[in-house]
Amino acid sequence: MVGLSQYLIVAAILFAVGVVGLFLNRKNVITILMSIELMLLAVNINLVAFSHFLNDLGGQVFVFFVLTVAACEVAIGLAILVDFYRLRSSIETDDINTLQG
Amino acid sequence: MLESAFFNLFAGLCVISALGVVTARNTMHSVMFLVFCFFNAAGLFFLLDAEFLGVILILVYVGAVMVLFMFVIMMLEQKKDALKSNVRQFLSLGGLVAVLLLMEFVAASSSGVFVHGAHATAAHLGRQVNNTEQIGQVLYTKYLLGFEIAAIILLVALIGAVVLTIRKRKDAKYQNISAQVKVRREDRVRKVRM
Repeated sequence: MVGLSQYLIVAAILFAVGVVGLFLNRKNVITILMSIELMLLAVNINLVAFSHFLNDLGGQVFVFFVLTVAACEVAIGLAILVDFYRLRSSIETDDINTLQG
Repeated sequence: MLESAFFNLFAGLCVISALGVVTARNTMHSVMFLVFCFFNAAGLFFLLDAEFLGVILILVYVGAVMVLFMFVIMMLEQKKDALKSNVRQFLSLGGLVAVLLLMEFVAASSSGVFVHGAHATAAHLGRQVNNTEQIGQVLYTKYLLGFEIAAIILLVALIGAVVLTIRKRKDAKYQNISAQVKVRREDRVRKVRM
């Protein structure tokens, strides 16, 4: 029988891999977005696992909302990326420093 | 027994393909690894009696979001040589952060809080229970406001993506519908006495 803590550990590993991806691929905006997707997936696994083990459907409903927001984030992020590529012909994070933040 | 075998399969493949996502040199390979990761996560969802969410994950994520990623990657060309220039420096820092984070998470999840009672094992729902129907019954009643806000967020993202990527071409001719509608007969027709 698979317990709740095993699912939580899998989700924790996925989240940590996502964090490593953020550091490792800091040149590439698309890979950064994919690392964020990995972290959101880890959160979703946590929510579904708790929903199953506590027998409460609220967790699964919140996975819906997370999926919605993640899809919007990807759509807007990639749209900004396409727009930026038209402007600068590059999508490297080193070139995205116009604001000098 | 069969359940833990499938759990190990899905979880192991999920973690391995997640590692592939962050270490692949080619961005397209990263996308493929992420697709595989989502498939295995959907398998984990099926093991957790969340069939509807598993199907949604495959349809929405693999079918729509990852295809969007692929389109953008194929549209934008990237300089290969600039990638992975100083991996070692960032790997040490990122690895430190991630290992600390992982230790905290694992310590929390195996601390003993989740091994008693209902947390330890949950019986699978019977065959007559319809996950889709159950979600629908709470989504459209208890979480109706959140559902509608999610719809508005999707609408805003849709319009925002279109507005961000639309491009007026200088060399193309466009209709000005408003001017066309507002035109009167006197503007176009001139009576000439012959």
